[in-house]
Amino acid sequence: MGKALFDKIWDGHVIKELGNGFVLLHIDRLLLHDMSGGKSLKEAIELGHVPAQPRLIYGTPDHTMSSKPGRTEKTFPPGEPLILSMRETTSKYGIKLFDLGQDGQGIVHVMGPEQGLTLPGTTLVCGDSHTSTHGGMGALAFGIGASELVHVIATQTMVQRKPKLFRASFEGKLEPGVTAKDMILHLIGEVGTAAGTGFAVEYAGSAVRALPIEARLTLCNLTIEMGARTGMVAPDDTTYEYLHGRDYAPKGALWDRAVAHWRTLPTDPDAEFDREHTIDMKKVAPQITWGTSPEHVIAVDKAIPDPSAAGEKRGAWEAALQYQGLEPGKPIEGTKVDWVFIGSCTNSRISDLRAAAEIARGRHKADHVTAWVVPGSVRIKQQAEAEGLDKVFLDAGFEWREPGCSMCIASNGERVPPGQRSVSTSNRNFVGRQGPGARTHLASPAMAAAAAIKGAIADVRKL
Amino acid sequence: MDKFTKVTGVAAPLMRQNVDTDLIIRIERLVENVTRDGLGPYCFEQIRFKPDGSENPDCVFNQEPYRNSPIILSRENFGCGSSREGAVWALKGMGIKAVIAPYFGDIFNNNCFQNGILPVPLPIEDVEQLADEMKASPGNARVTVDLENCVVISPTGRTIPFKVDARRQHALLNGLDDISQTKTAQAEIEAWQKADQQARPWVWL
Repeated sequence: MGKALFDKIWDGHVIKELGNGFVLLHIDRLLLHDMSGGKSLKEAIELGHVPAQPRLIYGTPDHTMSSKPGRTEKTFPPGEPLILSMRETTSKYGIKLFDLGQDGQGIVHVMGPEQGLTLPGTTLVCGDSHTSTHGGMGALAFGIGASELVHVIATQTMVQRKPKLFRASFEGKLEPGVTAKDMILHLIGEVGTAAGTGFAVEYAGSAVRALPIEARLTLCNLTIEMGARTGMVAPDDTTYEYLHGRDYAPKGALWDRAVAHWRTLPTDPDAEFDREHTIDMKKVAPQITWGTSPEHVIAVDKAIPDPSAAGEKRGAWEAALQYQGLEPGKPIEGTKVDWVFIGSCTNSRISDLRAAAEIARGRHKADHVTAWVVPGSVRIKQQAEAEGLDKVFLDAGFEWREPGCSMCIASNGERVPPGQRSVSTSNRNFVGRQGPGARTHLASPAMAAAAAIKGAIADVRKL
Repeated sequence: MDKFTKVTGVAAPLMRQNVDTDLIIRIERLVENVTRDGLGPYCFEQIRFKPDGSENPDCVFNQEPYRNSPIILSRENFGCGSSREGAVWALKGMGIKAVIAPYFGDIFNNNCFQNGILPVPLPIEDVEQLADEMKASPGNARVTVDLENCVVISPTGRTIPFKVDARRQHALLNGLDDISQTKTAQAEIEAWQKADQQARPWVWL
């Protein structure tokens, strides 16, 4: 029997079998951010450990600073000690930090692929559940907790048990207005937020093969929202074209050797999966979430669903509608919006900003809406400014801000006010995620820009 | 690491699906440099307290006899979402020793075992019955979670078996720390890395 991409990478990283299905797995890349980096390094040191392989560890601050234009670590004072601690500990052990105000700084899941640090066939971990993003490069990447992080710092390994394998295939072509964000939200809507629990997911099919890298990163980013820690797309020429020439990608003869190895990684035709799910792209329309879980999602031209049809989930649906201040049976399109957030590790890359700018160009946001654009990294910000996208957004009444997690997670003082409604390109619509009482609707960058223009949830296909 | 062998106490029914780690602990509390041990008062703050800071009487954790329960009963996918281990520290700070639910978020599940908290997977019918037995009692009902024998004992004395990875069971019963165990494999790690630097030099920056 053939092997899946996941198995090939996993098997290649097993140092030792530990019994009962557990293995000691080598970790090729550890990425640090300010919420977990400094703290974990300090904790490791206090426990008497030193970083085992500092050259395989990279960091950048993203969670706890303001995205206000001209910001420093002092702009959001509660975050300053975390950023200073990260600076101090990484410098002590020679760990490369893409620091605030420096080239390369950005959201950690934007920074890795952008720098060429995230490579096909590698194992990569970070103390953040959206580490699944890096799977878009053909890496085996997953989020870990603080204690596991200390283990990786101290040993460059992890004790892991192999998950089951789930293949999600998207067949066909993307319909107008449909993006990778809509594909993954649609999938989560079909299978639910727990379908991937205990699984690693491989995304496949003709629609996935046709996606550019940034879209594959978006697809893999939301894997954790269907319960799986790892999501991945097999590397191919699209991957190699994206990686070639990036700062930390191999060069010259080493590049050729690496590509030859990477070409052996894609799933063999006769590999078997524990679960398969196929989606016909003709059925995927632009999506918008209505509730407080990513599985509470519908096509934008549909009505808000009725909890009485939800079976055992009725209670959860009723609570979600109450929190969101929505009535079942009404069209979701036209629901008044107060805030629009374009950013996050899901949708803050240059292609996302271009898609949003295309909608904003020559238009103006509704007066009652506050709209923010937070690019994913310093380099993306520079690229966007070189293309004049900042001007497009500013002319349309949007704010153009500095790179970071910002309003996706509200760990930086940037929140949607209580009771206000936001259309956000981020990944979680949980109760209070964007601030206590905030009502979040997840959507693609173009859909978010359309909501800002219309002042209400809008169907991007009609603009 | 803290050991876990057995706990007997009141089990609080928080019977909702998808209790996410943002709900268990708000991210701001983890920014504010609160220590691992200091997070208990903020656990579930969005449902335990009203916006003015007063207790929400509708929340199970503010009702007798559930106020100091060491066990939580919940529905599917408890601990989904963010990888923040602060969610486990907050539960621990609130005095929680075990959570019984049909299944758990993968990262949360791992984080529990790193902190001496036991996630107990039981079918929803069993969890519902435990909740019913708790609610039906006048306050003296107790649930036992016994890791050595891998059973839950209900207030009416029913014994319900559960499954746990043998390696994790052993580590929790004995309070073993993964890092010290891994370091005994130092020679094997070094040999693997040496070979890998020849096979995949591009990974080794």
